[in-house]
Amino acid sequence: MAITVLIPTPLRNLTGENDTVDGSGATIAELFANLEQAHPGIGERLCDEAGEIRRFVNVYLNQEDIRFIDGKDTAVNDGDEVSIVPAIAGG
Amino acid sequence: MGGSTKFFTALRGRESGREYPINEVRYVCEFDFGPLEVKYDYDAIKAALSREVIQSRAPNMWRYKELLPIEGPVTVGKDVGFTPLIKAKRLAERLGVTGELWIKNDTVNYPTLSFKDRVVSVALSRSIELGYKTVACASTGNLANSVAANAAAAGLECYVFIPHDLEPGKVLGSQVFGAHVVPIDGPYDKVNRLSSEIADKYKWAFANVNLRPYYSEGSKTMGFEIAEQLGWKLPDNVVVPMASGSLLGKVEKAFKELKLLGLVDDHHTKTYGAQAEGCGPIVEAVKKGTDLIRPVETPNTIVKSLAIGNPADGFYASRGIQDSGGFAENPTDPETVEGIQMLAECEGVFAETAGGVTVAAAKRMFESGKLDRSECTVLCITGNGLKTKECLEGQYTSHTAIQPNLKAFDVLYDEVLGTSKGNVGEPALT
Repeated sequence: MAITVLIPTPLRNLTGENDTVDGSGATIAELFANLEQAHPGIGERLCDEAGEIRRFVNVYLNQEDIRFIDGKDTAVNDGDEVSIVPAIAGG
Repeated sequence: MGGSTKFFTALRGRESGREYPINEVRYVCEFDFGPLEVKYDYDAIKAALSREVIQSRAPNMWRYKELLPIEGPVTVGKDVGFTPLIKAKRLAERLGVTGELWIKNDTVNYPTLSFKDRVVSVALSRSIELGYKTVACASTGNLANSVAANAAAAGLECYVFIPHDLEPGKVLGSQVFGAHVVPIDGPYDKVNRLSSEIADKYKWAFANVNLRPYYSEGSKTMGFEIAEQLGWKLPDNVVVPMASGSLLGKVEKAFKELKLLGLVDDHHTKTYGAQAEGCGPIVEAVKKGTDLIRPVETPNTIVKSLAIGNPADGFYASRGIQDSGGFAENPTDPETVEGIQMLAECEGVFAETAGGVTVAAAKRMFESGKLDRSECTVLCITGNGLKTKECLEGQYTSHTAIQPNLKAFDVLYDEVLGTSKGNVGEPALT
């Protein structure tokens, strides 16, 4: 059982229009690196040159914002659901 | 005033620097989802603008037109802005300020008595340029009032989306203009999210969503006016209430642009933010000295106008405050009410809860020394008190009616009024 990754609309052109893909990795950082292998181009949309997750990309591990867990070093396990959600501007 | 496109040239990703054409409706960078900001040609603006040119224009926000992102003449909100800047001598005394204290009084902004008319004037004028016939917004109250009023005057169809528990005055203040008012069973952040989805699907011009890059620029005019009204000078400190954090950032940007254009002398202004204790995510970050904004899931405060748990410009506001050497405070609701009363009793200005929280935050910071009492400080008071009357419930009791004769008044005066014994109608503070 892999890690389920939910892909937002603006990034689906990089995942063959799939809204969900399977991923693997021990941490979010590893998961994203593996996603880049499988879907070239997605890596730079999620992380900047320094490897930090972009400010306006929200990542949720089982509904929890990873910023309040361990950021990109947050541990992930098989069966987890990771959701990538662009930040909403407004207000 | 006619105009051309030569003063603003692109929409630029704030994080990525990527540029997009101004004739396409876009508010988020496609690459990294960061917000877009209007890019100006400051050389062209510098050639066109001088203090004399600005001073020769009518007393409204569009005297700074070259620094605002519309291409042609103003179509919505010609008379907005240029509200009074009041020297607050009595409030200064009350707060122990020995320098200068000024109130930028947007409680009387035209037409809907809040600073929102500034941003809406830009957003709706630009919406018309982009061909929209229906405008909308997600709002904690003042924005809805402004969009509804300005849309009515411009003959645009209008939908406003609000949390269901807003103050009745604010709800009526949108309904009266004939707008469709849609209450949402949820806090503002859910209203905002839904608005993005509606904007996407229905192709309406949401002032603070898909028109946001243009909309937000209108806030700069509060800063321009402050500087002009101080005699083309920048204050030492400015205190700004924060909902999304956009206003604070744009006041900073206004001061920066004036310096860049040589319209004011170089002077450093420290920015200070104000939020409510019951919803102060940006203040919390400033107090911790971090950039990480922890969203407030369930805002709980009478300051409903600032009750945004996940502020879109929170990071930028927090950074701006900290980089400037300023600070931020999040007073309690009782302190906020006291702030409203102090401002009203000392300066005759009746502000809404966001104004009260700004005064209360300033009071805390003067007391803690974070704000220097000997310096020149401006408080941005952003909305009128009649819109949030509920917060003053129970604060005052009226005298029983007296008989319409002189003797009856003599008695009342001798026993109650003249002696200042009764607290009926008396100031709540000593």
